[in-house]
Amino acid sequence: MAARKTATAASRKKPAEKSGLNGGITDFDKAAEIKAYSDMLLIRRFEEKAGQLYGMGFIGGFCHLYIGQEAVVTGMQMALKDGDQVITGYRDHGHMLACGMEARGVMAELTGRRDGYSRGKGGSMHMFSKEKNFYGGHGIVGGQVSLGTGLGFANKYRGNDNVALAYFGDGAANQGQVYESFNMAALWKLPVIYIIENNRYAMGTSTARSSAQSNFSLRGNSFGIPGHQVDGMDVRAVHAAAVEAVAHSRSGKGPIILEMLTYRYRGHSMSDPAKYRSKDEVQKMRSEHDPIEQVKARILELKHASEDDLKAIDKKVRDVVADAADFAQNNPEPDASELYTDILL
Amino acid sequence: MPIDILMPALSPTMEEGTLSKWLKNEGDSVTAGDVIAEIETDKATMEVEAVDEGKIGKIVVPAGTENVKVNAVIAVLLEEGESASDIGSAKKAEPAPAPAEKEAPAEEPAKAASVPAEPKAPVVNAAASDPAIPEGTEMVATTVREALRDAMAEEMRANEDVFVMGEEVAEYQGAYKITQGLLQEFGARRVVDTPITEHGFAGVGVGAAMAGLRPIVEFMTFNFAMQAIDHLINSAAKTLYMSGGQMGAPIVFRGPNGAASRVGAQHSQCYAAWYSHIPGLQVIMPYSAADAKGLLKAAIRDPNPIIFLENEILYGQTFDVPKLDDFVLPIGKARIHKQGKDVTIVSFGIGMNYSVKAVEELSGMGIDVELIDLRTIRPMDLPAIIESVKKTGRLVTVEEGYPQSSVGTEIATRVQQQAFDYLDAPIITIAGKDVPMPYAANLEKLALPNVAEIVEAVKAVTYRL
Repeated sequence: MAARKTATAASRKKPAEKSGLNGGITDFDKAAEIKAYSDMLLIRRFEEKAGQLYGMGFIGGFCHLYIGQEAVVTGMQMALKDGDQVITGYRDHGHMLACGMEARGVMAELTGRRDGYSRGKGGSMHMFSKEKNFYGGHGIVGGQVSLGTGLGFANKYRGNDNVALAYFGDGAANQGQVYESFNMAALWKLPVIYIIENNRYAMGTSTARSSAQSNFSLRGNSFGIPGHQVDGMDVRAVHAAAVEAVAHSRSGKGPIILEMLTYRYRGHSMSDPAKYRSKDEVQKMRSEHDPIEQVKARILELKHASEDDLKAIDKKVRDVVADAADFAQNNPEPDASELYTDILL
Repeated sequence: MPIDILMPALSPTMEEGTLSKWLKNEGDSVTAGDVIAEIETDKATMEVEAVDEGKIGKIVVPAGTENVKVNAVIAVLLEEGESASDIGSAKKAEPAPAPAEKEAPAEEPAKAASVPAEPKAPVVNAAASDPAIPEGTEMVATTVREALRDAMAEEMRANEDVFVMGEEVAEYQGAYKITQGLLQEFGARRVVDTPITEHGFAGVGVGAAMAGLRPIVEFMTFNFAMQAIDHLINSAAKTLYMSGGQMGAPIVFRGPNGAASRVGAQHSQCYAAWYSHIPGLQVIMPYSAADAKGLLKAAIRDPNPIIFLENEILYGQTFDVPKLDDFVLPIGKARIHKQGKDVTIVSFGIGMNYSVKAVEELSGMGIDVELIDLRTIRPMDLPAIIESVKKTGRLVTVEEGYPQSSVGTEIATRVQQQAFDYLDAPIITIAGKDVPMPYAANLEKLALPNVAEIVEAVKAVTYRL
């Protein structure tokens, strides 16, 4: 599969050019639409609540919200099977929820409490779930790309047919170890899917100001790794690309790159005033390309569900998030004795 | 019920800010995500977004107000069907309590704030000691190089999950021939030649370890591990803690460390002190072939990340190794190389080469040295050192690394804290000189520790000068 040479700027202006790997979208059936809607909504509401709790001082340190990018993890996850692994960077709450981790445990980790996924010792950027095959949650930009390649290495070593998903951003895509990893993954035909979540800004630096080649799907070219640009705001396009990419890697053909053209509505972290982009730009993405609104419109148009049905879903999601927030605020802090545990086995 | 809109914290350190501007007026409808106000923090002007739907019922803090505390009510939002008259019933969105204070009884703040005592001794290996070698066991003259290879081969035979990766470990048979023969026995799946890509393959190794494999990652020399040190520390050492004990990285990073001979500044450096700084790592630096074998086997079996520091000059040296089916030594345990009563020398790795010679010379002068080979730098067997110092009252440390923040200075600090009353002389720490390693043969020799220095130091602490 040759990478399609689409200039980023051009494709940005026409994200209507929706692509699976073959440039097409497979329509979702009713069940898939409803699932995508509720999964994305859970991430959206969870993140809004996290932002709120941060503002109230319940969540400390750095907190990077995933709002706007929900279609990426949701569409990818729908193409996975048991045993497939996921690893990502610090903007990780959405990935954890998509992997099936409990909202309570994630939120309680954000508030640094004892029943958080890392017993309060990891925080927003460092969370793991062995049970759900989620390998973090990594705070060093790009580190997860080599680690994720190692997860793929383990699959190949064991001779199973699982694939590892390594998510990273357009910023991390300029780190050297990414290319060291690409080289080894291609050389050894490791089952790794590199998902570049291109949300246009590495903190406050736009791709145009940071990247000599801002079509990130081409970044694997010199290693012979196929790459594709995908409309990361359309969960169907993400899913279609995911299905093909997973099939590619699972069948032993080695790594593949998916560049997800996406957008984060919020700042890089909670303390980012986002002065490096215009309000119109954000507003335009929100009003014209919102991943959740797209699904909602289709559901209503095709009468998969009524307004009332969707309200019921909204209510359910809000309840889950409210419950998680209550839990995370009332759960005790870790016992002082936890300071010295989990350093060595 | 009306909802209070609170002054948000917009950075990790923000305590108050200026409410510079309202973008919505009383009576305006808002939906989640709408920007309602601008707030000036110490760092930047930030936008405040509505998190709920509703109508702005009342603006409590007018635009332009300075020093608005985080969590102060700045406005009240009315939900569908509510009016301004409902405002009094506004749901109190409670700000985050400072939980530590809340839980602590007020009269005992000091106690609540106190840090729990560090566990006295590392829980692991608490009662460990070298296994007794059965009488009549054959001792085989073995080089350190062969001992390391044997250790890896034995563990690879025993556990299918153990594999070795690194530059030139397979076809080339090891840049220093440590992996000689492994490719032939175990095949390319388990003896993996990597590209020259330390940062990348260190991360791949840690990822494989997180997935449950048991990688042995060889660095051609530890100087090159500088390219990979982020994964050794941030990924390998910290993951167990950051995951609340769910997953760690059972991995061994090994290779030659320290000065070789005439290879200059970038290839001649000891990393013992560097890695020993890091909680979550165990740092081993063997001297003899028997220790190299027994400790490498232990390292490969250990569930934690291990930094295993070898030495090129020691690779070819021959020592007796007991011929046993499974010779494993405890991590974190020093070995008394020679018992003595007058003075304690603590060294490790190549430092032992100098120390052993110095001990012989001193013996000729009638000074009876107790020589301790530390073997593991972290966790450090401080009790063994203290016990010896209590007997001799004098301590000299010997290592090749740089002098500032060295292993020796760490030992000196802890000995004076824990055995001050037993010391009869100041502790002397002998290290490499505080310079990048020079190339010229004479200068290189001057930069390294030497036997004469150790002899002088011992004479000084025993007041024989």
